[in-house]
Amino acid sequence: MSESYMIKVEKLNKSFGDLHVLKDIDITVKESDVVCLIGASGSGKSTLLRCLNFLELKDSGNIIFEGEKVEKETHDLNKVREKVGMVFQHFHLFPHMTVLENVMEAPLHVKKLPKDQVKKNAQELLKKVGLSDKENVYPSKLSGGQKQRVAIARALAMKPDIMLFDEPTSALDPELVGEVLSTMKELALEGMTMVVVTHEMGFAREVADWAVYMHDGRIVEVGHPEDLFNNPKEQRTKNFLDSVL
Amino acid sequence: MDLFTKFIDTYPVFLKGMLLTFQLTIVSVFIAIFIGLFFAFLKISRVKVLEWIADVYIFLVRGTPLVVQIFIFYFGLTALDISQFWSVVLGLAFHNGAYIAEIFRGSIQSIDKGQMEAGRSLGMTAGLAMRRIILPQAFRRAMPPLGNQFIIALKDSSLASFIGMYELFNVATTYGSNEYDYMSYLLIVAVYYLVLVLIFSILVNMVEKRMASSD
Repeated sequence: MSESYMIKVEKLNKSFGDLHVLKDIDITVKESDVVCLIGASGSGKSTLLRCLNFLELKDSGNIIFEGEKVEKETHDLNKVREKVGMVFQHFHLFPHMTVLENVMEAPLHVKKLPKDQVKKNAQELLKKVGLSDKENVYPSKLSGGQKQRVAIARALAMKPDIMLFDEPTSALDPELVGEVLSTMKELALEGMTMVVVTHEMGFAREVADWAVYMHDGRIVEVGHPEDLFNNPKEQRTKNFLDSVL
Repeated sequence: MDLFTKFIDTYPVFLKGMLLTFQLTIVSVFIAIFIGLFFAFLKISRVKVLEWIADVYIFLVRGTPLVVQIFIFYFGLTALDISQFWSVVLGLAFHNGAYIAEIFRGSIQSIDKGQMEAGRSLGMTAGLAMRRIILPQAFRRAMPPLGNQFIIALKDSSLASFIGMYELFNVATTYGSNEYDYMSYLLIVAVYYLVLVLIFSILVNMVEKRMASSD
């Protein structure tokens, strides 16, 4: 890649009706960066993540992905989304497919790759997230943590260049959070570029290269997690951290 | 002659009537499913004109008796020269299509929005996600009301007798008037309908169970 960054966002604005959710967001994510977005609910962090995947379309500003300014008029957003994996708070596994079929679905029907190859890759991914024994099980039979690991494998099956996580552990029972975080940590160590909306400060501290604190649709403070958490420069950041830590 | 003897004596004719009843129902519901799916898509298209077209269709069908609709195809559209069989089939399909459209619209909209988003996030087009992710789940949810609609269509096919088709009901009333014994033959035909509905209900139950294997 000629550019040093994976995704660059410039002056991004997004409104839902009268509600101005994102205000002049600037953010640059370099290859292999792990970025944690933190902030109170309603601060716009999830919307920002969804804009990066074009599930929400920006009102103004630029989103530059792998050196190309992506606009819905000039780009096939479906093609861009193939390279941007997304993991949702509520998993959104396909309930009518087995675990293996969930992971095989997109490479098979979007990329139209040969079935043998897709199956082999899917099995490897399931092994990687520790769910080889659940291949032929339907999602309804899985625990929340297992569902989220399948969702990660499903996103990875498209061999994305970047992975977006939207509060991946918020819907999980506390004892199941660890297994998902360790899967994500492993992914980070392999050099995957990741943007994670999270309330897991421990994970942010341990894994993130830098953290972004958002408040009321703006980026308030950016910094290395240690610095941001221990010595926030902004009072608003300090207030937020005091309330969650 | 007691009821049972009459039943035995007439069963070859009734079976022929039953076969016709069954054909009318199967063919019309098959067509109605496509009509229903089409209008369900119009309803969820978020394009005002298309939604309006679907609303008008549903209003027309729900607001007029089925027998009028069948008569329009047979006695009304004489220029098209539609056969008895196809007049009933088209009438039933046109009629049931409206109800099936509402069934599909409801079941498609009942699928969690996250399913479409998950599909889109994997690079699927809206059409592919609809086909691979939403519709299979929506069909499963539509099975119980679809089964119900099929049973309604089966019984409504008796209106074919009004344009002279020799289906179950017409067989019964013909025997009834010929032998001055309506009651026996109406009871007999009721049994035929009940058995058909029972068999079909069991089939639908089996399909539902199979489809529910993932829950």
